Amino acid sequence: MTGRRWRRKWRHDLPDPRTLFAKIWDRHVVASLDGGADLVAIDRIFLHERTGAAALNSLKAAGRPVANPSRVFCVMDHIVDTRPGRDDRTLMPGGQAFITETRAAARDAGITLFDVTDPDQGIVHVVSPELGIVLPGCTLIAPDSHTCTQGAFGALAWGIGSSEAEHAMATGTLRLARPKTMRVTFTGELAPGVTPKDMMLALIARHGAGGGKGHAVEFAGSAVEALDMEGRMTLCNMATEFAAMTGMIAPDEKTFAWLDGRRYAPGGAMLAAAVAEWRTLATDPGAAFDAEIAIDAATIEPMVSWGTSPEHSAGISGAVPIDAPERPLAYIGLGPGQPIGGTPIDAAFIGSCTNGRLSDLRRAAALLKGRHVAPGVKALVVPGSMAVRRAAEAEGLDRVFTEAGFEWRMSGCSMCFYAGGESFPAGSRVISSTNRNFEGRQGPGIRTHIASPETVAASAIAGRIADPRDIAA
Amino acid sequence: MTPFTVLTATAAPLIRDNIDTDAIIPSREMKSTGKTGLADGLFSPWRYLSPGGRDPDPAFVLNQPAYADARILLGGVNFGCGSSREHAVWALAEYGIRAVIAPSFAPIFAGNCTRNGIVPVVLPADAIAGIAAHGGAVTVDLPAQRVSLADGRAWPFDIGAEAKAMLLEGLDAIDLTFKHRADIAAFQAADRKARPWIYLGETKA
Ligand code: SF4
Repeated sequence: MTGRRWRRKWRHDLPDPRTLFAKIWDRHVVASLDGGADLVAIDRIFLHERTGAAALNSLKAAGRPVANPSRVFCVMDHIVDTRPGRDDRTLMPGGQAFITETRAAARDAGITLFDVTDPDQGIVHVVSPELGIVLPGCTLIAPDSHTCTQGAFGALAWGIGSSEAEHAMATGTLRLARPKTMRVTFTGELAPGVTPKDMMLALIARHGAGGGKGHAVEFAGSAVEALDMEGRMTLCNMATEFAAMTGMIAPDEKTFAWLDGRRYAPGGAMLAAAVAEWRTLATDPGAAFDAEIAIDAATIEPMVSWGTSPEHSAGISGAVPIDAPERPLAYIGLGPGQPIGGTPIDAAFIGSCTNGRLSDLRRAAALLKGRHVAPGVKALVVPGSMAVRRAAEAEGLDRVFTEAGFEWRMSGCSMCFYAGGESFPAGSRVISSTNRNFEGRQGPGIRTHIASPETVAASAIAGRIADPRDIAA
Repeated sequence: MTPFTVLTATAAPLIRDNIDTDAIIPSREMKSTGKTGLADGLFSPWRYLSPGGRDPDPAFVLNQPAYADARILLGGVNFGCGSSREHAVWALAEYGIRAVIAPSFAPIFAGNCTRNGIVPVVLPADAIAGIAAHGGAVTVDLPAQRVSLADGRAWPFDIGAEAKAMLLEGLDAIDLTFKHRADIAAFQAADRKARPWIYLGETKA
């Protein structure tokens, strides 16, 4: 790197070409630490009720105030009830304490709280972009692994543990070793009916759940540029399932248009100044990455997981690999070589920070309109935020879902994960628009197949795992 | 945080790939907003016979008498993937695990380990298989960055300088960073002018 930089300067006296990641990182280095790590400034911190109280109370006990409370936000999303008429009570045993203690700690610390019954309530990674809290070029952290979702805005956004959250709140910084970079380029165009969810499952299936380990991954290429902001969020959301530190996409006109008018984003002359800076963030031609992967988007078909890791995924017309490991198959109850399409399901779930946004709901509703879920299939849709819920209702999507036999819920993480509260009947096979198909993720013994909202909708109608392209919307 | 230098202890093999934090400590086992009371829930989906129950599954490695005093865990690739919950590491630490040896770690999990006195040791899968087959006590020597067995076999491992220093001295990262208070203040003063949109909330009141 040093040699290359020197040669360029000697030859052209031009600045070294840099990646999007490097531009953001370099801009935030407060000091270099002994041993090669950097002290990196943190612009935004998001907490949620599952771990928020622990971090805030631990800070308080140590006598350390939150350094920049106006740049710390908290939302109730993980264990809140999603049935209409909800309050602090939750189906998770003992869960109410997480809500009330986080609320008290957030108020005490003077940070912004989006509470259970607030109109802005929703899943952290849906709410933050909706309100313009994440901005291009910013560093944003949350004690939640899917914080990488927000890298879709050209931000450096990643999940951390509680100790790091405390550190960032107390000091406005984190001590970090600079990660390696990777570029994943999706060339060409997606085929009709194929979505960003399928792009990520294909990437992870082909390159492994550890394929991006520790890297800051930039998603690029024509198929990524073509995505709208919500699709880009779905893509970046699952960077953590690829073991990456984060996923990110260069900000462009779509990014700036999304942010215009959002509550916490700049407006007027300041927005113009910000956009001028944000335009300089994209990776320079010739910038080097530590690793590169290219995938022809046209080779991707709708994907479904068949095992207990997102890397256990295959095209919907495919089958469980002949050499699939035993343990995941024993859990999921499928055999080697068994076709994935046609597997009977008990339940269907649409929601989560991966696929709970308005466009996800629209695409699922388009397939469900005038149809009904198969007899015996429990189906529910949980909007990613209350704003998504209201927007969907304004379009009549709630009626499409309920008439098709889906339950229409309030916003939250809901049955994306199991905290001891609401779950599917024991042993159910669930097709789910979420991001994790781990053993027990949605409840003890629950067998999860992750897929796009379209595939979930099509499967709910068929009562078995089905290809959304077989249903004319 | 308890400093870590050299540890010789039994290593329990739990060599599966992609062991996620939901398996290490399921969300339902995080029963209070604190950081303690988690050791009982460690690996509960595998350790106990029924979900939420406490009857030990004799087939699970930590329930076997030979590994009752294990303080080192041998794992598979991408260890600690999934949810960022630090509870996974708090549960391991409370149970008594001081080092996890795996071919690779999920990044958030590895960071959480070093902040809680657990050494995330990266070794190749074949070395880990060799350690598991050996079955005897394993020495993790952090200053020398070496894992060794009583039969003389040894493997070097890499660890970041910062992580190593924090583990060795049991340092509190926040205290270390406060030494840079002046740098942080100077950064923010300059940044407030350069990127005022980051600081909007301070003026909005
Ligand atoms: S929706 Fe699921 S993956 Fe997303 S933040 Fe909530 S629990 Fe995590």
